[in-house]
Amino acid sequence: MTALLEVEDLRVAYGKIEAVKGISFKVEAGQVVTLIGTNGAGKTTTLRTLSGLLKPVGGQIRFNGRSLKKIPAHQVVSLGLAHSPEGRHIFPRMSIEDNLRLGAFLRNDKPGIEKDIQRAYDLFPILGERRKQAAGTLSGGEQQMLAMGRALMSQPKLLMLDEPSMGLSPIMMQKIMATIAELKAQGTTILLVEQNAQAALSLADQGHVMEIGNIVLSGTGRDLLHDESVRKAYLGED
Amino acid sequence: MNELPQQLVNGLLLGSMYGLVAIGYTMVYGIVQLINFAHGEIFMTGAFGALTVWLWLPGGTSMWIALPLMIIGAVIVAVAIAVGAERFAYRPLRNAPRLAPLITAIGLSLALQQAVWAWYPEAKSARTFPQIAGGPFEIGSVTIQTGDIFLVVAAPISMAVLAWFVMKTRTGRGMQATAQDPDTAKLMGVNTDRIIVIAFALGAAFAAVGAVAYGLKYGEINFRMGFILGLKAFTAAVLGGIGNIYGAMIGGVVLGVAETLATAYIADIPGMDKFGSQSWADVWAFVLLILVLLFRPQGLLGERVADRA
Repeated sequence: MTALLEVEDLRVAYGKIEAVKGISFKVEAGQVVTLIGTNGAGKTTTLRTLSGLLKPVGGQIRFNGRSLKKIPAHQVVSLGLAHSPEGRHIFPRMSIEDNLRLGAFLRNDKPGIEKDIQRAYDLFPILGERRKQAAGTLSGGEQQMLAMGRALMSQPKLLMLDEPSMGLSPIMMQKIMATIAELKAQGTTILLVEQNAQAALSLADQGHVMEIGNIVLSGTGRDLLHDESVRKAYLGED
Repeated sequence: MNELPQQLVNGLLLGSMYGLVAIGYTMVYGIVQLINFAHGEIFMTGAFGALTVWLWLPGGTSMWIALPLMIIGAVIVAVAIAVGAERFAYRPLRNAPRLAPLITAIGLSLALQQAVWAWYPEAKSARTFPQIAGGPFEIGSVTIQTGDIFLVVAAPISMAVLAWFVMKTRTGRGMQATAQDPDTAKLMGVNTDRIIVIAFALGAAFAAVGAVAYGLKYGEINFRMGFILGLKAFTAAVLGGIGNIYGAMIGGVVLGVAETLATAYIADIPGMDKFGSQSWADVWAFVLLILVLLFRPQGLLGERVADRA
């Protein structure tokens, strides 16, 4: 059986500077896979390449049996790959509900869309209470909920979350991580990019540690959580 | 001459023509942050498109039949030129420094003027534009000139169509998303290249309607008509808050009313009698722009900058 997502020797460059230098990893259906590492390791670049916003200079991306290399960004979501970007990027001047509807931009099944909007409100009740409010007025954590809810609106086969805990209070961060755990329990396949290695590894089936454009260490979430070098470099122990 | 309601109506009509053209500046700016300085000339080619249709029609064709065909002709010509400009002049420069497309726009504007001047039959001086028969219409103490009747009907309809399109259609929502965050719009499945083309096309279509209104209002058109009118419409777009389509219409109306009232009443102020003539109208329009920019740089309906954080 082939994996849902297979990345092989992926290389991405900004001009002459290679940001991703030949990484390979897989995401199996139903798994949570995390990429961890410091700023500038190439995690966000990897996700932006998977969703077509950046073009790779080399390597292969196969999603659900198809190569994504030649597919423009606006068609990637229709194949079942949803991306909740770093920094949330909600549409600030639209209402919460309109943001969610944009997540379902390419869908035509009206009743299904209404049902999924309701599901997003069940997952994040605060969004339901403020559905008519402009999204730009939400707090950082609420915007993160909206970005995740919006990504789910496309009914993705694979949900990519880029730094969902960035800049959040510890309480809000716990809430977001609990939601990711809940999505995992429902069977959602997730590719999670995080700087918060502790939280990400505790959730993940598989983890990959990235450093300046390379994957330097891979393993199950549990193994990496107990790996001495990971503990030293990313979990603040000495 | 000095009746206020009459002047207000005159200003409203002039302003709604500015507004129709301003929509094109504001839509394109909202989506690609380009000030399309060729938009005034796209407006001008629309007027010549309408005239061409009129000249093709057999003599004595009723305006009731001719006018819709002229609008279609104006829209086809303006949209074709705008879409061509986007594809061949602006798109190759999408990732170039801001100055490059701006200079391209100015060059395109000159090229379009000169092309009409050189190749359109007898366009080296003004050409007469067909007129609607009948009128003027009296409503109470207010007179609406026959040439303005078209605006009374076309401006509100155009605005309603635009509002419906942007708010209610899928493409319109994709357009809003692209204006707010183009990369994220792509992640939602919005084909932003297509949205940009549609923004150019829609802006050109409304400018074409404005061009027909101009021809009917003033009775003649010429290859230079897009320059001052384009500048006024751009002013209206900035006045209303560039990037905001309702702002474009409101900016147009405010500008038209201010200009008309200034021309009508400034001469009554002691010592100002020299400044009330029609030739000062443009001065007052731009003074208004400067005042708004001083006290409300984002324009009347401009977006709050904090949203961009």
